[in-house]
Amino acid sequence: MAQMTMIQAITDAMRVELAKDENVLIFGEDVGHYGGVFRATEGLQKEFGEDRVFDTPLAESGIGGLAVGLGLQGFRPVAEIQFSGFMFEAMDSICGQSARMRIRSGGRFNSPIVFRSPYGVGVKAAEYHTDNLEGLLVQTPGLKVVIPSNPYDAKGLLISAIRDNDPVFFLEHMKLYRSFRQEVPEGEYTVPLGKANVVREGNDLTVIAYGAMVQTSLKAAEEIEKARGVKAEVIDLRTLSPLDTDTIVESVKKTNRAVVVQEAQQSAGIAAEVIARLNERAILHLEAPVLRIASPDISFTFPSVEDQWVPNPQRVVEGMNRVLDF
Amino acid sequence: MTRIAEKPNMHAARMEAVKPLSVLDVNGNVASEVEMPQLNNNQLREIMRKMVFTRIWDQRAISLGRQGRLGFYAPVSGQEASMIGSQSALDKEDFILPGYRDIPQIVWHGLPLYQAFLYSRGHQHGGQIPAGVNVLIPQIIIGAQIVQTVGVAMGLKKRGKNNVAITFTGDGGSSQGDFYEGLNFAGAFKLPAIFVVQNNGYAISVPRHKQTTAETIAQKSLAAGIAGVQVDGMDVLAVYKAVADARERAINGGGPTLIETLTYRFGPHSLSGDDPTRYRSQTESGEWEPKDPLIRFRKFLEKKNLWNEADENRVIEEAKDAVTDAIKKAESIEKMTIPQMIDSMYENTPPYLQEQMKQFSAWEGK
Repeated sequence: MAQMTMIQAITDAMRVELAKDENVLIFGEDVGHYGGVFRATEGLQKEFGEDRVFDTPLAESGIGGLAVGLGLQGFRPVAEIQFSGFMFEAMDSICGQSARMRIRSGGRFNSPIVFRSPYGVGVKAAEYHTDNLEGLLVQTPGLKVVIPSNPYDAKGLLISAIRDNDPVFFLEHMKLYRSFRQEVPEGEYTVPLGKANVVREGNDLTVIAYGAMVQTSLKAAEEIEKARGVKAEVIDLRTLSPLDTDTIVESVKKTNRAVVVQEAQQSAGIAAEVIARLNERAILHLEAPVLRIASPDISFTFPSVEDQWVPNPQRVVEGMNRVLDF
Repeated sequence: MTRIAEKPNMHAARMEAVKPLSVLDVNGNVASEVEMPQLNNNQLREIMRKMVFTRIWDQRAISLGRQGRLGFYAPVSGQEASMIGSQSALDKEDFILPGYRDIPQIVWHGLPLYQAFLYSRGHQHGGQIPAGVNVLIPQIIIGAQIVQTVGVAMGLKKRGKNNVAITFTGDGGSSQGDFYEGLNFAGAFKLPAIFVVQNNGYAISVPRHKQTTAETIAQKSLAAGIAGVQVDGMDVLAVYKAVADARERAINGGGPTLIETLTYRFGPHSLSGDDPTRYRSQTESGEWEPKDPLIRFRKFLEKKNLWNEADENRVIEEAKDAVTDAIKKAESIEKMTIPQMIDSMYENTPPYLQEQMKQFSAWEGK
């Protein structure tokens, strides 16, 4: 087994699927010869040719429409939106068109598309490059939304996403691209969409997170265990739509307390949805209100204040203490 | 005739008087033998049949709409030459991506009429295009179909098919960003795509001269480096010729074409409250009436002894019967339920939606 960074695992997933299914096509801005601004598609054009891996003109709505049309012809497009803030330009193709194709046509047509895009706080990128827009996407029925937190999951989830016949938006946290390596199997394997992962077991409270906040939550769990001997269970959602309610509810039935951590702005986000589902399914098991740890409700941050903006382990620990001491 | 893209430079396109491609004059005489499409008598009669049928169906649909038996409906009378001239020039395997008004093209390409009515009524089965019929459901977002056409055209090219993807929008649609992105992508990838702008003079109420100061919409092809042509959109043979030429060019690797058809809708933008007298003068409508595509083509066929009153009456009766049957069938289709719709949201319904299905089944059972 190879040690891979998350970006290498993502490239490997695309390589595996390009080799397996000739209907898989990779395209976007700079993804061809250049290999992508983060090198996510490095070497793929050389290996599979310009017919399978190609650059498009610089126009996100065009990229989105291209994906929808190719999907109608039975291809499996993997379209890169170069940075998350550029997805607004393609929002009609993503949320208005691909996500509604199956229901509008009563099942006659589908959109087997993967939209990939980097996002996330912590690398001091320009504005409109790092926005956490998963909440907008999750509000869209028909679209699946995936955010991996480590190399192993990234490869397995991306392969599942490419094989899925519904459109999937695959968001890749820029800070996780090269921050650590992990054992990643060669060849093909899948991590199922719609299944959360218990990444740390515990009995005293549940921390629910995704993306880079999984690492932040794991650090917080270690700190609070050192400080007061509390064992926190940490859940990585992995797929935000469809959300794995069962895993969350089962954990909270065991621990009776929960905090939800998201990097995105607080209001009407994933954390709010998780808390609503816990209210519906587990309210009698709760010993305290479920708290959310999130970013402030201001337009996406300027790089110079990123570190203050984003939830850190201390803020998560403080939230955990409030829930434990309720 | 002026083929804009064949001009030596883009400045010429703006300085020269643009004369649209036409085959028949207003009296139904052949104005340009050289542009006359190669069609046999049966094909010519079939084009007339489709136009008369469509005119009657449109009149009946407007009446059904006023009775509340249809939902959203955008009248087509006046645009028959543009719509049917285009569709008639296509191969069955060509793929049509329509705008909301372009129901005739997709029906003549194979969508059953009752499904078009169901679509109008907001029933999901209306959009369940039968297998083997290469059309998409009508697009409501202005311009979205244009970028999607690029993908379908690329798919056809990659599959090695000798077919084209064709899309339709109005003059208003040519103002959308997606219009430019679509044309540019299709040009950059040299795709077998045909973009038809049916310039009926108005984007609901906003006149063409407020849409753009470009002299023609066809010349917008110049910026994308693709072929462009302006056509008399009330002349069905001219539209046929333009689309047939574009199709020929596309499947021979010559890339995409932008076609602007100069046409007119005799009725309102839609039946949803639009009042054209608020933005169009009686004089203007009066000027367009003699250009009615049915009159001109009828004169042409009559001179060749290919059409007479009996033919016309037979098609009128055929259309009335077909519309009656189609609306009856549409009205007999079972109503949709929320659980049915939830079932087609994803290929495999995720657990949280299965729960919602159960919930709605219980409510709908009450």
